[in-house]
Amino acid sequence: METKTQKILPERAWSKRFSFRESIYLWEILRGLGITMRHLLRNILRTREMPTLQYPEEHRQYSARFRGRHRLVPREDGSPRCVACMMCSTVCPADCIHIVAAEHPDPSIEKYPAVFDIDLLRCVYCGLCEEACPCDAIRMDTGIYEIAADSREKFYVNKEFLLTNDADGTL
Amino acid sequence: MPLLIETLLKIVFMLLVILGLVPPLIWAERKGSAFIQDRTGPNRAGILGIRLAGLIHPVADVLKLLFKEDIRPANAQPILYSLAPFLLMAVALTTFAVVPFGDYLEVAGQRIPLIVADLNVGILYVLAIASLGTYGIVLGGWSSNNKFSFLGAVRSSAQMISYEISLGLALMGLLLVFSSLRLTDIVAGQGQLIWGFLPKWGVVVQPVGFVLFLTAMFAETNRNPFDLPEGESEIVAGFHLEYSSMKFALFFMAEYANMVVAAMLITTLFFGGYQIPWLPRSVLEAHAGLLLPLLLACTALACGWISQLYFRRAQQERGKFHDARDREPGLLGGLFVVVALAALLALALRPWAIGPVGASVFATLVQVSAFLVKVVFFSWLFIWVRWTLPRFRYDQLMRLGWKVMLPLGLANMAVTALVVALIPGAKG
Repeated sequence: METKTQKILPERAWSKRFSFRESIYLWEILRGLGITMRHLLRNILRTREMPTLQYPEEHRQYSARFRGRHRLVPREDGSPRCVACMMCSTVCPADCIHIVAAEHPDPSIEKYPAVFDIDLLRCVYCGLCEEACPCDAIRMDTGIYEIAADSREKFYVNKEFLLTNDADGTL
Repeated sequence: MPLLIETLLKIVFMLLVILGLVPPLIWAERKGSAFIQDRTGPNRAGILGIRLAGLIHPVADVLKLLFKEDIRPANAQPILYSLAPFLLMAVALTTFAVVPFGDYLEVAGQRIPLIVADLNVGILYVLAIASLGTYGIVLGGWSSNNKFSFLGAVRSSAQMISYEISLGLALMGLLLVFSSLRLTDIVAGQGQLIWGFLPKWGVVVQPVGFVLFLTAMFAETNRNPFDLPEGESEIVAGFHLEYSSMKFALFFMAEYANMVVAAMLITTLFFGGYQIPWLPRSVLEAHAGLLLPLLLACTALACGWISQLYFRRAQQERGKFHDARDREPGLLGGLFVVVALAALLALALRPWAIGPVGASVFATLVQVSAFLVKVVFFSWLFIWVRWTLPRFRYDQLMRLGWKVMLPLGLANMAVTALVVALIPGAKG
């Protein structure tokens, strides 16, 4: 098939794209000024309806299923429910969960985590650990997303921290 | 000697107006642009919780800039590099000399004209001084020894050459109509009425000239759509790229001072300066006894209403921040109550019985306020346009300057000349 190519000079293209009213600018500039003034007046008169959140004072409400910082669910005696099966650390795509298993004194429980560390800087908050866990021991239901610390080491949180996960976002 | 003091006082007044308008304009730029783009804008900086919707931010900015290190690039031209921002600022603060900001003030039987220098070639002076402003930008850009700065300087000079012609031509029609280069004559001429009801403002008799002048003024002040010398998306920051600390602040302030001066020129040349349409000075003086109490009553009512709004907000937002900011609406409401009470107190002083001297002063004050209101509006127009229009491409800028504005300016001048020559009474 043969396509007919015609060279359109810049000036021609200009006159083709714009009507006369548009090409004299003024009317369109006034319309533009009207649009910006409308936004300005609306936001002056209804400042409170603006979508911006004044962040430190106001917080966005996330859904209950929001995946925040992890926590370890305790048993009634306060020890973690985790049985150190390594499912979570295996499924973790970011490889951020480090578990060392040890034998539990109670013979009805096979193992317990001697070490359960999460590197929050590596974590991608995908939630696969929650889904993989066979005994609902790790959850991401704290709703904490303001995670800040002044050194890398502090983001490497251990078992005790994850068991007593308080609402304060800082580490 | 009294003339010297008189002139000095007038200079101080104008400088206070121009420099005093700079921080509010910076605030208007930031807050206005935010609201235009559906953002909240600055609202954090405050002194003891008083934030004034972000009006404290310019203060914080200035403090920051004052304490910043003043860096000079190693290969910059030391003298020109330091001179450039001062040059730009000096030019911005020189133009106002020929702008009348009021008719006259009658003090002790003497009539003081409210203009610093009533030159008979006022418009020529404006054009001459305004074009000097380019030197600040060109020298700043060139002496920085930076490629982007240099590009900004080159752009500025090319733009200035292209648009200064249109600027001059736009004023030619005005000169033909009012047949004077003296700005006081032009303002006085704009106090008349055409056919008894239309104010003879420059914008009414020279609409094309006004559009050309406004456009050229935007180009002169390097404001968006014509801020190519700065062009931050293309040449980083253009001519002031290498500047830091207070030298940068001077460039920044000069931009806003230039805006105020441009607004003063637009007001004076095309919007009747201090004239209020249908309210000439004689009427103001004759009815001062009625107008002054009316004005005071309106002020008291308005301030009372605003204070009520603030008090209601103070109640609604009690304990919102848990710090000094919680007190702000209540304090501002109290301030407006004080102003309202002051206005009421002034009403108790029997303002309807002011004598002829008081009436004259009152008329002068009203006219100066009218001038300032117009200036503030046109300063706002510069900001408003900036957040409405995108920047021109360079070839578009040149095409508009040489192929649209120059022929239009010439045609406008020719038509005006014909009308003035053929129709008797068209000349004012």
